[in-house]
Amino acid sequence: MALAGSRGVRIRSNIFAYANLAPYIFFVLFPFYFMVVTSFKSNAELYNLKSIPFWIQSGVVTDHYALLFQKTDFVTWMRNSLLVAIVATTVSVAISILAGYSLARLRFRGAASFGTAIFITYLVPPTLLFLPLSQVVVWLGVSDSISGLMLIYPTFLVPFCTWLLMGYFRTIPREVEECALVDGATRMQTLSKIVLPMAVPGIICAALFSFTLCWNEFTYALTFISQSAHKTAVVGVTSDLIRGDIYFWGSLMAGALLASIPIVIIYVLFLDYYVSGLTAGAVKG
Amino acid sequence: MAVGPRVLEAAGLARPGRRSRLREWWEQEHIFGYGLIVPAVVLLVTLVGFPFGMAIWFSLSDYWVGSPGGFVGVANYRAILGNETFRQTVQNSFVFTGIALTLKIVLGVWLAMLLARNLSFKRVIRGIVLLPFVIPTALSTLAWLWMFDSLYSVVNWTAIRLHLINAPGPNWLGQSTYAMAAVITVNVWRGLPFFAIVVLAGLMTVPREYLEAAEVDGANSWRRFWHVTLPLIRPVLAVVILFSTVFTFADFNIVQVLTRGGPINTTHLFATLAYQVGLQGGNLGQGAAISLFIFPLLAMVVFFQLRYVRQE
Repeated sequence: MALAGSRGVRIRSNIFAYANLAPYIFFVLFPFYFMVVTSFKSNAELYNLKSIPFWIQSGVVTDHYALLFQKTDFVTWMRNSLLVAIVATTVSVAISILAGYSLARLRFRGAASFGTAIFITYLVPPTLLFLPLSQVVVWLGVSDSISGLMLIYPTFLVPFCTWLLMGYFRTIPREVEECALVDGATRMQTLSKIVLPMAVPGIICAALFSFTLCWNEFTYALTFISQSAHKTAVVGVTSDLIRGDIYFWGSLMAGALLASIPIVIIYVLFLDYYVSGLTAGAVKG
Repeated sequence: MAVGPRVLEAAGLARPGRRSRLREWWEQEHIFGYGLIVPAVVLLVTLVGFPFGMAIWFSLSDYWVGSPGGFVGVANYRAILGNETFRQTVQNSFVFTGIALTLKIVLGVWLAMLLARNLSFKRVIRGIVLLPFVIPTALSTLAWLWMFDSLYSVVNWTAIRLHLINAPGPNWLGQSTYAMAAVITVNVWRGLPFFAIVVLAGLMTVPREYLEAAEVDGANSWRRFWHVTLPLIRPVLAVVILFSTVFTFADFNIVQVLTRGGPINTTHLFATLAYQVGLQGGNLGQGAAISLFIFPLLAMVVFFQLRYVRQE
């Protein structure tokens, strides 16, 4: 934004930017840093008011991780989260590809209204529906099980993915499809062999967001599940390591850290998809 | 197009019977169009539309967990409106949303302006900034719970060592004003990246020439921001604000993990109170009535959002 300004002015203004960003980045990262430090600290040091909380003085211990793996169902929780996320994501992305393509590309009466309806359901927060849905899963016989979550998660994934994919499908030139149709391909073949390969970035983006949203989901997972062995990682860690007034801080932080790692890995690998998905989801609205 | 000839051949071989008529019917644009949205529509009608209707029915009945009740009219609404806890929750929700949203807007725009500069490590910085938004909120809130611990709070420890406060310092989650401040802090910590990254995308569309022209005309950086940048990013900002209003107002995770609505209900939001009354207390009727208070705000946001989309 500095144009006529000399190099000096630009450097000075960048230093100003770094100086402003530094405290914010500290604010962002500190809770994560503190998680790591806490998870490796001995209880003696953790609960000693005289010790410095910022780093480990009396040696790194892995007791908290041991407790997590030996005394809780942590491994089962992680497996549950993974299963729910994979199934719900696959189902939702498949449904959304069909709906997104139809609403973005095909001309039929009511297409615009359906698009609007999808958008409205996208805005409905889970906290508005969790009470009736807790009864619906009972009626369907999937209460207190991960199948219930696999069934319910598409309710917020499909609107989001459909909306996202509609944007991607609109960017694919119509001529390509028309060529295929003229060549005698059926509409389904045109979709699966011509349009889908061109929409791969959008589909990856939708799948990544779905997976993350499933893995992070808290409201439904907390309200539908009560047995420890059926909990997802997020709910298991937040509920089973607090017993009454006793907080197992070391293990709580260890669990929070480990349960976040799958998301961090995906995030680091696909950062650009996250940024584009986030802005597409909101901006194209 | 490799598929073309093969398909024609197959179509030619097929006897002109029911099958080909069915195919012809299916190949019509509008039939195909309706066909593809059937799964999504079925899902959303049965698991969003129908439950929403159920929520309204629950709120008008004395429905308890395990015992479907009868129609009681507006008795649930009358009961909760006369309830001190509910009135406290209404107040909390507006205070929480108002302050958190204002902070997210102001800091989000500021952060986006900083990120828009051509800095080295731009990608890394953006990656870090977005982190709180990606990590499971309930889990990162656990770290904040520990940082606000009544005895071992690292915030207090630091402030005491720096002689900013006297020992033992505030009990963050045990005193109403501090608890609200804590809940807002975590909400801003988590929600700011969304604002910053989306506004940043908006800033990228501001033509450089406009800013340069304004600078040549002698506008200082504040005036350039206020009169050039802000009007141009207004549409993007409007969308983010509307989104964030709904999701801040309907927040559940942060309050549930940090305070469970306490101390003495001073941080309860509609969602956490509905959870407490409807599921923990088993009174689904009243719980549903409480959660439906999120709806008017949602309806307003949808209205503005749609009007905005139509204008485009």
